[in-house]
Amino acid sequence: MSAETNGTLEICHIRKSFGPKLVLDDVSLSVKPSEIVALVGPSGSGKSTLLSILTGTLVPDHGEILFSGNVIGERDRPFTYMPQRDVLLPWRTIVDNAGIGLEVAGMGRRDARRRVMDLLSAFGLAGTEDLYPRQLSGGMRQRVSFLRTVIQDRPVLLLDEPFGALDAITRDELQQWLLEIWALNGWSILLITHDIREAVRMADRVLILSSQPGPLIKGVTVPRDIPRDGGFLTDPRVSPLEAELHEKLGLAVRR
Amino acid sequence: MTRMRAMTTEPDQLLRRGLASVSHTLAKVLPPILAFLALMAIWQVVSTAGIVPPDMLPAPSRILTSGYHERENLALHALPTLTATLAGFSLSVTVAFLTASILDFFAWLRRALLPLLIVTQTLPLIALAPLVVLWFGFGMLPKILLVAFVTYFPMVVGFLRGFDSAEPEAEWLLRSMGARRWTIFRKVRLPSAIPSFFSSLRISITYAVVGAIFAEYAGATYGLGVYMQSAKNVFRTDLVLAAVLVSTLLTLALYASVSLIERIFVPWLRIEQGGAR
Repeated sequence: MSAETNGTLEICHIRKSFGPKLVLDDVSLSVKPSEIVALVGPSGSGKSTLLSILTGTLVPDHGEILFSGNVIGERDRPFTYMPQRDVLLPWRTIVDNAGIGLEVAGMGRRDARRRVMDLLSAFGLAGTEDLYPRQLSGGMRQRVSFLRTVIQDRPVLLLDEPFGALDAITRDELQQWLLEIWALNGWSILLITHDIREAVRMADRVLILSSQPGPLIKGVTVPRDIPRDGGFLTDPRVSPLEAELHEKLGLAVRR
Repeated sequence: MTRMRAMTTEPDQLLRRGLASVSHTLAKVLPPILAFLALMAIWQVVSTAGIVPPDMLPAPSRILTSGYHERENLALHALPTLTATLAGFSLSVTVAFLTASILDFFAWLRRALLPLLIVTQTLPLIALAPLVVLWFGFGMLPKILLVAFVTYFPMVVGFLRGFDSAEPEAEWLLRSMGARRWTIFRKVRLPSAIPSFFSSLRISITYAVVGAIFAEYAGATYGLGVYMQSAKNVFRTDLVLAAVLVSTLLTLALYASVSLIERIFVPWLRIEQGGAR
């Protein structure tokens, strides 16, 4: 394990087809520690297939996934996955929904609850522990979903269009909020999205998955010194980046 | 930075909602009660006016008074019926749960057995009841078995349908957390089945008492079925109907207890169904 690859996620030359239909071909990318990489692509470009390969639901035909330079195992994966919909279980209270990943990993319910309770207020969820998911707004549910993801304490977060189902105002609020929490914790994030603005706002690097199977296309690199909070919208560097990404994405769809 | 968006409810809002739900319940409950009372009134008039001889169709008032005089005897016979119902029901729920769980794990077994289970539903209870008594005697066992038999199938189907109602995304999520099949069953599929389990519980409980009475008809020493038969043999239609009333009350009480259990032990269900937000 060299210092170079320590904590780095590397996806190398992944190929996957379903029957005769090739979905992913020679897909490679890497996410360095504390880096946010966004992957944008039109629907049907294989985003969810790639996610399934990362979470272990699908096995690639070719290629491998390395973490810290080692091929990752069947079970013990360095990822936690946050699905597009919150998928909170209606029979579990908020505290038990947030802690289910810990329970699956073998922790007792009481200990899992204690861990969740410690983090609840930091996630803006204080006082909601005994409520059921239905009793929360969509934005609050997504926070619970995010807490359920990060509490599993893995170095890499896989976020699958985490704000796609929310209204614009809540989405904006949660994007900022997520970045604030990220700044304190420094996970690596692989963000799947089809929202150009979201990709530019959240990510250090944006990559494009084209509708034709093939290697990822380099999108844009977003300097960290661009403010991501309220100042983001007025920063003069943002529009050109969004325009550039927009154009590249257009080419990727047509290609 | 992070604003709370949980539901907060003002007291007067709570009161208004409470009143609204009371009037909603009244609107639902009142029409059937009125219809029932009207029907009873017509019956009372038809019988007391002698349009139909009271021995053939005793008036509701007479059924109630005769039933009241016979209350100790009726209770004596209602108890074994209730016992058989509860025992048979517990048996069927347990066996149905085990069967459905096994069938949920083995799809091929499900394909093989489900059609057979459906066929068992076509067996006529009338023919089966005397046979069960013939095989297992006049005691409690044949009643329990018959109750279990009539309630088993809806319970199995309820469980199976419930397991299948689990969200694939939730199973997928747990798999991404490293959960194996058994954990997914326990944490996702099983709880998903609870609403469906309770609705089939409510359906089968209405069959259960009838099943027990049927078995008693076929042969028993105690039970509402026996009581009805002996009252009929001495032309006491009022007592037959009093026993019918008791069996109806038993069924209603069981139905109500299922609903009560559901309310107490499954609080999220009402929230999920939009009962309280």
